[in-house]
Amino acid sequence: MKLELKGITKSFGALIANDHIDLVVESGEIHSLLGENGAGKSTLMNVLYGLYEPTAGEILVDDKTVKFSGPADAMAAGIGMVHQHFMLVPVFTVAENVALGAESTGPGGILNLEETRRKIREISARFGFDVDPDALVEELPVGVQQRVEIIKALVRNAKILILDEPTAVLTPQETDELMDIMRQLKAGGTSIVFISHKLREVKAVSDTITVIRRGKVVGSADPSAATTELASMMVGRSVSLTLDKADAEPGAVTFKVTNLTVMNDAGQRLLDDVTFSVADGEILAVAGVQGNGQTELTEAVLGLHKHVQGSIVLDGNELVGRSVRQVLDAGVGFVPEDRQDDGLVGEFSIAENLVLDLYKKEPYSKFGSMNRAVIAKNAEAKVAEFDVRTQSSQDAADTLSGGNQQKVVLARELARPLKLFIASQPTRGVDVGSIEFLHKRIVAERDAGTPVIIVSTELDEVLELGDRIAVLFAGKLMGIVPGKSSRELLGLMMAGLPADEARAQLDGTAAGTAGTTPAGTAGTTEGERS
Amino acid sequence: MSETQKVKDPTPPVKESQGSQVVREIMSGNAVISVLAVVVALVIGGILIAVTDPRVSTASGYFFADPGATLSAIWSSVSEAYGALWRGATYDPTARTWQGQLGIFETLTFATPLILSGLAVTLAFRAGLFNIGAQGQIILGAAFAGAVGFGMHLPPVIHLLAVILAGAIGGAIWGGIAGFLKAKTGAHEVIVTIMLNYIAISLVLYLLKNQLKDPTSTNPISPQMDANAMFPLLLGPNFRVHAGLIVAILAVIGVGWLLNRSTLGFEYRAIGANPKAARTAGMLVSRGYITVMLISGALAGLAGVAQIAGTEKSLDSEIAGSIGFDAITVALLGRSKPWGTFFAALLFGAFKAGGTSMAVNADVSIDIVAVVQSLIVLFIAAPPLIRSIFRIKAARREGASA
Repeated sequence: MKLELKGITKSFGALIANDHIDLVVESGEIHSLLGENGAGKSTLMNVLYGLYEPTAGEILVDDKTVKFSGPADAMAAGIGMVHQHFMLVPVFTVAENVALGAESTGPGGILNLEETRRKIREISARFGFDVDPDALVEELPVGVQQRVEIIKALVRNAKILILDEPTAVLTPQETDELMDIMRQLKAGGTSIVFISHKLREVKAVSDTITVIRRGKVVGSADPSAATTELASMMVGRSVSLTLDKADAEPGAVTFKVTNLTVMNDAGQRLLDDVTFSVADGEILAVAGVQGNGQTELTEAVLGLHKHVQGSIVLDGNELVGRSVRQVLDAGVGFVPEDRQDDGLVGEFSIAENLVLDLYKKEPYSKFGSMNRAVIAKNAEAKVAEFDVRTQSSQDAADTLSGGNQQKVVLARELARPLKLFIASQPTRGVDVGSIEFLHKRIVAERDAGTPVIIVSTELDEVLELGDRIAVLFAGKLMGIVPGKSSRELLGLMMAGLPADEARAQLDGTAAGTAGTTPAGTAGTTEGERS
Repeated sequence: MSETQKVKDPTPPVKESQGSQVVREIMSGNAVISVLAVVVALVIGGILIAVTDPRVSTASGYFFADPGATLSAIWSSVSEAYGALWRGATYDPTARTWQGQLGIFETLTFATPLILSGLAVTLAFRAGLFNIGAQGQIILGAAFAGAVGFGMHLPPVIHLLAVILAGAIGGAIWGGIAGFLKAKTGAHEVIVTIMLNYIAISLVLYLLKNQLKDPTSTNPISPQMDANAMFPLLLGPNFRVHAGLIVAILAVIGVGWLLNRSTLGFEYRAIGANPKAARTAGMLVSRGYITVMLISGALAGLAGVAQIAGTEKSLDSEIAGSIGFDAITVALLGRSKPWGTFFAALLFGAFKAGGTSMAVNADVSIDIVAVVQSLIVLFIAAPPLIRSIFRIKAARREGASA
């Protein structure tokens, strides 16, 4: 099936998210949409999927104009979509989720899932999905949940599959598996629109690449194009993708975490007996798939968790049991993983957000009264220093783009003299141009002699920033490896192999005793994760 | 990214529920919506006035013969009613006595407790709490103020100050309970404050039958306040407007400063807008909940003082009337801003003062006023409704996140 978008324009008030976009997806090709966050990729796909009505332009399926008034129309026309955030009911089984919205019922309205089960088994066998129709979705690893989404689309006879940032939640191995699946689907005649901002993946899997910037198609590229070329198309100027970073000069070890265990209310161990230390002037990158205890680690340091055992020592002072205020006052700078939820007050102005944890200190306030002039002046200075793109520092923080929001958080946290700097997902959802800037600031803080902890699920970022890399899996530390370790090693550790076992396996594979694929191991161990 | 995977500690009561998000949306709309809500409510009220007027129905009997007669009957019916309402609330040259001509002072008198209790709701709301309990806090404030006002005999000024303080404390205790339970156990403040309203009314009824009862009366009513304990009348004995109004205006200024200029207000607003970010920035969310409910309760308690030491003189179970509930409307209409609340309270005071005049002079049921007030709430609570009537575009943000 051939899909064509002609002159699609979508505007929200004054904001033009898509500006006359033309796109042709040929039958049986993998067509990548490459663009930064906020470039308008998702908007375009939502138009295609019938979620938004285009302001102008038309959609052609097999050269016939179609009009979608909702996802049901798009599905009927053979378009399926796997959203970045899965649209699954966690407490339903795979079959129930797949049937949802298109249930076949027997007499008296009794749900008949047999047909659905059969189809799932069939598709599963054909593409090697390995999905049990009766498994509960909430008990499945993320990679398998994603396959359920794909099955959902295929059961509805999707001929064109839209995958919106599908690799954001996957381990490197799971990503490889997904790419295999994509290739198989393509071989079976399904067209795929692959949305991503990760250059490596796009290059690996695409037949055609279309680059979108600020709502416009800026060109198409061949998958063999150089990474830097793609990046500069995406950003609109030349960017250096490799960080200029001198080797670390570690000083004294001032931050020590010993036997740290964090539990939830039910007594489940979210972080299990973790021990590590960070020296002055060193970046420890913490890698791992989302949800393996990284959040709990950073929150435990900040004092946000109740059930914490073990010890966290900074500069000889125990931090466990202290309040957030005390931890911040002890010299910890903290960039939370979700800036909109935890880092910023969206409706506050940029100026107010820049003093969100400094407002009680002079000169920002005196005798309980805020000094607006000083706060505004501080904001002007920070906005200039961190190149926050905004009309005014009095604008609400939620009017900023993700990258600029992150600059605000970073500007605030780096504003005071620090003894420890922790940043979670410092560049998630941030445009490539800003990533460069943010990384430089983080390295600058390291070079100033501060111990730095970076938590990231992006392997590229971990490899780029980390002087040493710690890998977490299911709350346990799989080991700490040097900064320039291989992706394969890290991938295996992220899938649950301790460092030495992972090394042994890699050596074994290299020696030619291949047989147990890393992917198989990942599948079984991951199933145990809660 | 993947909500499905995130295992979060659910203990702290900082998670914003769906319900309060809706309330947020209602409360944070712009002033235009408020004004339009009032206008539309008045229009519908006018339609009700017209259809219930016998002159209009008589004229509509021969509508096709003389449509003008019906229209002029509608016009005279509605304009008379609203004219009487307006004159009754401001200045009515036709009134028999000169005191009666100056309805504006009645408006101010009625507005006084509404300003104070409206501020109570506004302040709590800005910290993310929906204080439905102004009614109970007013009652407790009035009871405490009364106990000092007729139970003690102190010199002038000192007695009044003691009464004000007692009223504030009474309200603060009642509000503080809800804040404390919210902070320590996560109990939802809406449920707790509603229940505290019932407890307050029953408690005061009990006290009125026992400890606080006027021994010379057979009814559950307290003795009269000492003269020293009363707010001085601002314009002499001919008008009821009293010094409580000054307290109310000072409270508007005070709450305005608290919210917009003080570090405490910064904390409250941060907690109200994003409790998780507030917590991450080192603010003590639970302490914020407790203190804001103490202050909110104290403000409502002052409304109770305005009642007992301003107009009512003695305590009975009807001391709060419907002020505690009107306060919620006033805060909604005022968009949870101190001066917005002030003007909304004036409007409601005017409805109350003018409603009587409308009933007497235009022979329109005073219930119409209640209907208009309820319609205002309805239109404010349904901003999309007003938006669609007037085709106002909602602020779209999803485009930016695309």
